[in-house]
Amino acid sequence: MPEEKIRILIAKPGLDGHDRGAKVIARALRDAGMEVIYTGLRQTPEMIVEAALQEDVDAIGLSILSGAHMTLFPRVIQLLKEKGLEDVLVFGGGIIPDQDVPELKRLGVRGIFGPGTSTDTIVEFVREEIRRHRAGEPRQ
Amino acid sequence: MSRSSPEQLAAGVLAGDARALARLISLVEDEHPSARAALSALYARTGRAHLVGITGAPGTGKSTLVNEMAKVYRRRGLTVGIVAVDPTSPFSGGAILGDRVRMRELAGDPGIFIRSMATRGSLGGLARATSDVVKVLDAAGYDRVLIETVGAGQAEVDIAKTAHTTIVVEAPGFGDDIQAIKAGILEIADVFAVNKADREGADSTVTALEMMLDLNGGEPGRWRPPIIKTVAIRGDGVPDLVDRVEAHYGYLAQTGLLARKEEERVRDELVALVQHELTEALLASLRPGELDEWVRRVARREADPYTAARDLVHRGGR
Repeated sequence: MPEEKIRILIAKPGLDGHDRGAKVIARALRDAGMEVIYTGLRQTPEMIVEAALQEDVDAIGLSILSGAHMTLFPRVIQLLKEKGLEDVLVFGGGIIPDQDVPELKRLGVRGIFGPGTSTDTIVEFVREEIRRHRAGEPRQ
Repeated sequence: MSRSSPEQLAAGVLAGDARALARLISLVEDEHPSARAALSALYARTGRAHLVGITGAPGTGKSTLVNEMAKVYRRRGLTVGIVAVDPTSPFSGGAILGDRVRMRELAGDPGIFIRSMATRGSLGGLARATSDVVKVLDAAGYDRVLIETVGAGQAEVDIAKTAHTTIVVEAPGFGDDIQAIKAGILEIADVFAVNKADREGADSTVTALEMMLDLNGGEPGRWRPPIIKTVAIRGDGVPDLVDRVEAHYGYLAQTGLLARKEEERVRDELVALVQHELTEALLASLRPGELDEWVRRVARREADPYTAARDLVHRGGR
């Protein structure tokens, strides 16, 4: 039987128009053998969660450079809960000040990756989180 | 949800549960053993949707056209399932599925369900599981299912077997008139869309296609693929395109071709399934190591693969 593919949504919420970082991550995940659904710029949290549901993804990666991370991440996580998708892994990157990280993690964002993080680190994080989730291990 | 039984998933799909639909599509794509039981339970509810294929070279505007067609169907009160196929990397097995970028206007409409699919090694322009995924959307009750192939060159013609109506999308500047008389993708068109028709060269693309169709001859009463100019980004020509697609379905139904096409498709499918089942059963019945023995002997040229295959089939399990 063929393996269960890892499917990931990479989205760019908010109004800033820079998606280079998101594309670099999408490419790295592709090169790691994953299927990456890339939705492009200016996605609302509603659009992101609808796409995650239809595409049945294991994880959502959000790239946020606009400074709106403290509204966008909580909204996405709330909508995921409403749709019964709380087991979808959420991680993010972009310009996110250190002091906001603990609050985002408390809300359920599993990984936050700032500028300069190597793509290998992110690929490893995603792979390991999904492996553990599929094996039925609880998230710490 | 991931632990739902095939019966529960099938029931969820029929009840309009989008999550069950999405989950079942993944199982079908992964060729999970439970997918077959669910498909089996849903099969009686398939065969209602009009399946429309959209194919053409990369950059001709297929995704944008699909987006606009879906909007036209929605205005006419019809629901739309979309399957958008992009290629899998032959090196990593990964894929970037980017067709949703051009379909953002469809977000938030419960009458639309979009699913991106990677080819996973299949070469005909679709994934091996695409026709089964289409069945799931059909059973879920979508009135039209739009199937967008990978950017196809000349010979990726699987779509013609899966769809009732195939749209081949061309754009100006993609080739001269000798391209138009080659074999392959142009032969499978039921409708042509010459997209980006506001660009220079659109009329000569139309002329080249008309000439090709003239050379085909054509008996009275037989469907001649219409050529529709569109500017998908503005929606121009798309209602007309949709009208022609609908007219093609009417033609298939009236002439009895629809039923004949369906029987052909079922025959192919049934033969493929029988092959699959027999192969599985045979391989399972071999002595441990029997296949490996043959592999080694053939690789060392002590035997040939034709004899080996015949021997395995005739002595398998004995």
